Amino acid sequence: MSELPRLPVRLPGPLHDVFRPPPTPGVLGVFAHLDATIEAIKQLRARGHTDFTVYSPMPRHEIEEALGQPVSPVRMFTLIGGIAGCATGAWLTLWMSYDWPLVVGGKPVGSLPPYVIIMFEMTILFGALTTLLGIVFNAAFAARRLGTIAYDPRFTNDRFGIFVPAAPGKAGPVQALLKQSGAEEVRGA
Amino acid sequence: METRPTVTYDYVTRTIARTLAAPGRGYFLLLGAAVTLLTIGIVCLVLLLRYGLGLAGYSHPVYWAVFITCFVFWVGIAHSGTLISAILFLFRAGWRTAVYRVAEAMTVFAVMTAGLFPLIHIGRQWYFYWLIPYPNERGLWPNFKSPLIWDEFAIGTYFTVSTCFLILGLIPDIAAVRDLATGWRKKLYQITALGWRGTNEEWRHYTRGYLYLAALATPLVLSVHSVVSWDFAMAIVPGWHATIFAPYFVAGAIYSGCAMVITLLVPIRKLFKLEALITVHHFENLAKLCLLTGSIVGYAYVCEYFVAWFGGNPNERAAFWYRAFGPYWWATWTMILCNAFLPQLLWFKKIRTTVLGLFVLSLFVNMGMWFERYVIIVVSLAGEPYTRWANGVYNPTWADWGIMAGSFGWFFMWFLLFVKLFPAVSITEVKEVLAPPLRGAAKRVHA
Repeated sequence: MSELPRLPVRLPGPLHDVFRPPPTPGVLGVFAHLDATIEAIKQLRARGHTDFTVYSPMPRHEIEEALGQPVSPVRMFTLIGGIAGCATGAWLTLWMSYDWPLVVGGKPVGSLPPYVIIMFEMTILFGALTTLLGIVFNAAFAARRLGTIAYDPRFTNDRFGIFVPAAPGKAGPVQALLKQSGAEEVRGA
Repeated sequence: METRPTVTYDYVTRTIARTLAAPGRGYFLLLGAAVTLLTIGIVCLVLLLRYGLGLAGYSHPVYWAVFITCFVFWVGIAHSGTLISAILFLFRAGWRTAVYRVAEAMTVFAVMTAGLFPLIHIGRQWYFYWLIPYPNERGLWPNFKSPLIWDEFAIGTYFTVSTCFLILGLIPDIAAVRDLATGWRKKLYQITALGWRGTNEEWRHYTRGYLYLAALATPLVLSVHSVVSWDFAMAIVPGWHATIFAPYFVAGAIYSGCAMVITLLVPIRKLFKLEALITVHHFENLAKLCLLTGSIVGYAYVCEYFVAWFGGNPNERAAFWYRAFGPYWWATWTMILCNAFLPQLLWFKKIRTTVLGLFVLSLFVNMGMWFERYVIIVVSLAGEPYTRWANGVYNPTWADWGIMAGSFGWFFMWFLLFVKLFPAVSITEVKEVLAPPLRGAAKRVHA
């Protein structure tokens, strides 16, 4: 039997794109001051930019308000997780009680008051775990949408940053805008 | 008065990142002491496994003793961590930012320690999985009417949720130290930061999720020690069977936990030179929490004795008489002195703002709270009117003490490893409460 020919097939890597998304061309501005960052966000939005990214070392309500972002969908994860947990707690205790019906202390086989404790704990447990999943999923998908964008290690320390995606020949106005609104440093594209 | 350094974002990052530098001799001495204690505990546990629970001082009718005392003690220690990280977060108490990481790590490690004791207590540790509802060949399920099963669900949930909370809070901080680190630490933080960059999308989901976790952890922390208290209150032993138990235990837990936070923070602040970030103001606030919860505990003591007398039940009266004037009077009065009277010293501002004084006081509170559980568990059983004739005086043996010492070693070992591997003070949240750098006030704020 002759050896099979080696096929020139590369398996598609769905995870490859999540973990190593392709680089996005654009402009990165580094800001030392919060009000300058807010100014730049406002101007970018006024010029019709919607797909830029703001970096900050800590969450600031000012940035949130300037961006006018919708409320995070994480809350749906928490709600659904909590309800699922409560239902699981009820099912676990009641079904298991009736699966091997045993009268303990003259009480009904399925007695709800003590089972409320299990239902409560399961609500919290499932709610917390789905909240965590919600954060990871939403943040990971956001990262996937952005592609690999420019980053600066100072953004976790004491600098704010704005990355605006721009095609290589069209970055001029964005660079000027960031510079004008008080960026310490503008680079890229 | 010494001049305090200007606290800027950069100062915060570097000061906290510095705590992760190569450890000195003091750190290794402490770690060595912890590992030694743990070794003693392990040796005692192995002997207990080899020769059976008889090595612990159990004698009729005291079959719940030091191990259950330690279990309740450590679960209690855990509680203030969640109070500081979740409840004070919902109340927007800004001072919590500097101390909450230590408290939260303490919570996780204290629950890890607490969880060992029911397993040690059951004697045949390898059967612990019988507590878990799993399909088995006999079609049997756990009895969900038993407080011990409630306890398993409560502690399991508490451990999982507080670990999630700790890890979630750590992610942006790990990213901050990742961007400064070199060598093997860089690799470690690159993996554990999960690619965090602080983009607006990340913060949007993160802050929401954190809020919901805090909102879930708040009722959880109140429920966990309530459920622990029902382990006793559901039984009809005089001294256990009381409706006051749930709030009484929760207040005691937060009280002991705040004391443990002070016990841990004082040496860490000194060792890592964090005086500019963890100030006397933080200690004073912790002391106020101790004063509040300690006074609730003192009130609960008064209530217990009053109801025992006023209720008119002779068995209840006998149990409380035995508690105060029986052979264990010394344990009872240690507990009353340490938990009800000593915290009253905290009414004085002078004492609240003396860090060393608070440290000493916190050690007494820790001891007092351990004795509270000892009194509730051991003395109530020993003083049970129907079976009191049956025993001499129960005394813990070397195996009990050794395993208890081991639990302290286990707890401190994890804690010490944690503070050297991950930021012990939240970098992100400390920056959140600082005034942001503004162009208009550039010189003043961001000099």
